[in-house]
Amino acid sequence: MKIDHVLDAKGLACPMPIVKTKKAMDTLTTGQVLEVQTTDKGAKSDLTAWAKSTGHELIDFKEEGSTFIFYIQKG
Amino acid sequence: MTEQKKRTTIVLFSGDYDKAMAAYIIANGAAAYDHEVTIFHTFWGLNALRKEEMVPVKKGFLEKMFGKMMPRGADKMGLSKMNFAGMGPKMIKNVMKKHNALTLPQLIEMAQEQDVKLVACTMTMDLLGLQEKELLDNIEYAGVAAYLADAEDGNVSLFI
Repeated sequence: MKIDHVLDAKGLACPMPIVKTKKAMDTLTTGQVLEVQTTDKGAKSDLTAWAKSTGHELIDFKEEGSTFIFYIQKG
Repeated sequence: MTEQKKRTTIVLFSGDYDKAMAAYIIANGAAAYDHEVTIFHTFWGLNALRKEEMVPVKKGFLEKMFGKMMPRGADKMGLSKMNFAGMGPKMIKNVMKKHNALTLPQLIEMAQEQDVKLVACTMTMDLLGLQEKELLDNIEYAGVAAYLADAEDGNVSLFI
């Protein structure tokens, strides 16, 4: 998988991960992939819901220790 | 995108730090959801828009008293519960720092950055004796009709 941009949102609390993800997504073009790293426990539900309603696709998700990593493809 | 954006409208009536925080977190989240967001500030919620510094304006006695008794700006607002005469906000700000949560003034700044429309209700500004010069720059002034115009095709509408 080709990752076009990596967003480090570790240590940030709600609503910052989602705000930063949106900002980063705005700089990408359709089909490009954004990697988001976060430690906020609510982020899994948040980013999944966000991707769904804003027309992007969450293509993969993994946990590394206390970090959650999301791969979102711009729709 | 040509399709109409979704809309979130929030009425911020409360002048409590915690409630205003909730309002601004939702507003910032909604802006990230690509909604057009409006926060309509009325009554005590207007204090969130006050500038921190003293602005010299001409006022009557009652208005002056109101101005003195109300918090000057978002950072000075009290908590809705466990305020403990001002100790509560100090404690919660400490905890927020530890958890890396944004403070209310930061949330307001972020909202402005995200083009959230901040509106001050002019009727209640008159009641509380607040003048435009005392409130933040780049906000709008309106009444109930402007709020309803935003809210009637709103998808999310809250009163806090």
